[in-house]
Amino acid sequence: MMGGSSTKKNMFSRLVPLLTSLARRGLAGWFIAIGLIMVIAIVVMTMLAPWISPHDPSAIEMGPLLSPPSSQFPFGTNKLGQDMLSRVISGGGIMIQVALLSVVICMAGGIPIGLLSSYTGGILDRILCLIMDSIYAFPGLVLAIAIALMLGRGVVNMALSIAVVYVPSYFRVIRSQVLSIKEMAYVEAANAIGAKGHTILSRYILPNVIPSIIVVATVNFADAILTAAGLTFIGLGVSVDIPDWGYDLTVGRTLLTTGVWWVIAFPGIMVVLLALGFTLMGEGLSELWNPRLEQ
Amino acid sequence: MTLRAYVISRILLTIPMIFILLTMVFVVIRILPGDPVLAHFEKNVDPALVEEMRVKLGLDKPLWAQYFDYVFGVFRGDLGKSMYDYSPVAEQIFSAFPATLELAISSMIIAALVGIFLGVQASKRYNKPVDHTIRIFGIVTYAIPVFLLGMILQLVFGVGLRWLPVGLRMNPMLAAPQGLTIGALHFSTGLYTIDSLLEGNMFKFVESLRYLFLPSLTLGTVLSGVFIRLTRTNMFETMRLDFVTAARARGLRETTVTYRYALRNAFLPVLTMIGLQFAALLAGAVLTETTFSWPGLGTYVVDRINFRDYTAIQGAVVVFGILVSIVSLVVDLLYAYLDPRIRL
Amino acid sequence: MIEQTNAESHLLTVNGLTVEYWTRRGKIRAVENASFTLDRRETLGVVGESGSGKSTLGLSLIKLVPYPGRIVSGDINLEGQNIRRMKDEEMRDVRGRRISYVFQDPMTSLNPVEKIKDHFVELIQTHEPKVSKTQALERANQLFRDVGIQEERISDYPHQLSGGMRQRVMIALALALNPSVIIADEPTTALDVVVQAKILDLLNTLRDRYGMALILITHDLSIVLQRSDKIIVMYAGRIVEYASSVDLYSSTQHPYSQGLLNSIPNIELIDQKLEAIEGSPPDLLNPPKGCRFWPRCSFAMPECRIEEPPLFETKKNHLVRCYLYKDETNDQ
Repeated sequence: MMGGSSTKKNMFSRLVPLLTSLARRGLAGWFIAIGLIMVIAIVVMTMLAPWISPHDPSAIEMGPLLSPPSSQFPFGTNKLGQDMLSRVISGGGIMIQVALLSVVICMAGGIPIGLLSSYTGGILDRILCLIMDSIYAFPGLVLAIAIALMLGRGVVNMALSIAVVYVPSYFRVIRSQVLSIKEMAYVEAANAIGAKGHTILSRYILPNVIPSIIVVATVNFADAILTAAGLTFIGLGVSVDIPDWGYDLTVGRTLLTTGVWWVIAFPGIMVVLLALGFTLMGEGLSELWNPRLEQ
Repeated sequence: MTLRAYVISRILLTIPMIFILLTMVFVVIRILPGDPVLAHFEKNVDPALVEEMRVKLGLDKPLWAQYFDYVFGVFRGDLGKSMYDYSPVAEQIFSAFPATLELAISSMIIAALVGIFLGVQASKRYNKPVDHTIRIFGIVTYAIPVFLLGMILQLVFGVGLRWLPVGLRMNPMLAAPQGLTIGALHFSTGLYTIDSLLEGNMFKFVESLRYLFLPSLTLGTVLSGVFIRLTRTNMFETMRLDFVTAARARGLRETTVTYRYALRNAFLPVLTMIGLQFAALLAGAVLTETTFSWPGLGTYVVDRINFRDYTAIQGAVVVFGILVSIVSLVVDLLYAYLDPRIRL
Repeated sequence: MIEQTNAESHLLTVNGLTVEYWTRRGKIRAVENASFTLDRRETLGVVGESGSGKSTLGLSLIKLVPYPGRIVSGDINLEGQNIRRMKDEEMRDVRGRRISYVFQDPMTSLNPVEKIKDHFVELIQTHEPKVSKTQALERANQLFRDVGIQEERISDYPHQLSGGMRQRVMIALALALNPSVIIADEPTTALDVVVQAKILDLLNTLRDRYGMALILITHDLSIVLQRSDKIIVMYAGRIVEYASSVDLYSSTQHPYSQGLLNSIPNIELIDQKLEAIEGSPPDLLNPPKGCRFWPRCSFAMPECRIEEPPLFETKKNHLVRCYLYKDETNDQ
């Protein structure tokens, strides 16, 4: 194919020992391993879509309109005669982009604010806490709807609206970690020898905070995907000419009552699998790093 | 901290939070896109129409004046006027609210019951297959988009088995339940299930349940995961406590030990969780209502989106936020009252 | 060495009881090869430090050893019936009705959200469903008189009672169905000294009045010396000495028992040197080879390190697990 295949083989060989060591860690390890496989498989599939999809996903009238799954079109065709299999293979792009972008924005905003606020303390901390609590208390989807509505369609706007809703999660997690670490002796000691604030932050606090951030990030991803699907379902999705699972879900919904189940089923399964992958990773990681039920 | 001090400080805390909430909504809807009025109209529109709307909705005033009007309006119960027909938004929301309330309550009940039951079962069989299955169930239900689950249930129970209706709130051939009427006095809750009981009409009651069932099941299932996890963890710890072993040592039945001893003591965090999940409940309700054509606040918001009725949406969003604030306040106070550490 | 005692002749017979905890890190033998007998109106004291296995022994008699523990071998016979083979439902009948257990900490042993009277009604009605609530309450009131609590307290919640009262409630609950055996696990450790004596006296009085057998599990040798008929001394899961309390006091044999005896303060002795036993109990995951006690024993001999000594019967009904007495066996 292209030059990418050798890098992929390389990643694969590093992946296998990781997975086997995970599988040995009990149910939590399995969760992480399976979640990781699911996510990677879907992402890789989406990236390789232009090469592996049997037909052009946007080409209309490839076959009979609204035909059920058959040997020629294993996932059937939709109202425009598009091949559902190709649409499913290529449809993840937007969702993955939105999710990724929202997580990045969220982290870029939430982590520094969280670090700054908890480290500095004082009035700034209290005000920020109050603001973050207000956002956190709000029904996520509703806020995302409001923001997406006013910003307009588009990948970036959707990502922004989801990101705003999740910033408080990072803020809280970081803040609780920082506050507990701040009290510990070695930070006081570092202060005493005159280390600057940002050194303390990066050397002592940041490394301890990373596991929690990763766990929150996985949940963030899963929620971003579900929220993106929800927003699309309501009609605030991205423009229609790119194959998108969310879009197919919305379209497929109206077709459902007429007995046409395949338009919604397969993209639906993919969305579930992607969200599930991240959720499994999150569950497994949090169980592994914060084991609650030790004997 | 004494109970009184806590109650006062907690109530005081709600006020700034509501203010921040109102401001957030204001910023998003009025400031973010620039001009909500222009956004409402299609491209080639008569500027006179635009100006007329501005004046009628009070959107021609300077921004700070608008803000004050808005905030004071909320406290007075005035949520502005709809861009669509200038009728008061508050009225529309008020009429749509009971449907969402009914859905929310029944979904939360299902989520809590299912979650607690499965959590208890899982905690008793730690690390065995049943435990794993239940945990996976909790995770998978969380990962399914609520509207997808709704559609699957519609397909199976509505279209396939034809047992239950797939949409709306009541049988179209029946009038909505009227509630209790004594002479000239009229009392209704707006909840079809209760109102039909008050009316004494069993047929309406059954029908309202039939329509309520699938949406509540959908939303309840998606929310149950959190309760499963919480109950499982809490029960596991509580069952290891001395008084539970002591109860077993007296030869009490396993069900007694599980429910009267362990669960009654592990229950309090579940109560708090109900409050915490309320926000997620409302978010899910929006999608559920849309899927089942359930005429509540969620459907209202989505309809208004189609009409580009931004003032109405603003009002609805504000209501959502205030609802969550009130519920979390009530739950916090309830918890403080029930927690023996604070009470004693 | 130990005769296989005839199960029929005693109220409670335990033979070769072994209990292990199967943890991730390995198997821990909390109790190994424990055997003893108990008759009506007899008190058995089980003495040992923390981790000696005494609580596990007690719990195993009602088969409530917590996960991941399990009874690996041995027999438990109550009035001729083999308890160990019983299924859960049958065991539930035994617990509370034929063998009662009084736990160490009365604060955490009662259901915080239930009134005291509900504890009684629940207990009585579970085992005797035909009894009405009124009858059950009458019985509870009678029990309150037996243990010395005012009747009004029955409508209280556990947190409204003092520690001593709660322990009395526990004892009343243990008595409610006229059991044959009461097992009291550290019944006085959580109480203050004044109340301790009262509770212990109460247990013995009730024992005589109702013709029960009593097992007192404690780390405090002084308690059992006075109030029990025979004593088992446990160390690292083994019974190291088994004798009547008189014999244990006057002719103490095992070095560990001797050490325990020496550490009891005696108010009548001037210049008493309190001797603590040096060292600490072994790690049960990797126990020392040979006699479990040899690292702390001042009399340790070479053979002690090689193989664990069996129980030697030095007098009638006086058994000791120590090579010092290997030649003094009272052969039948």
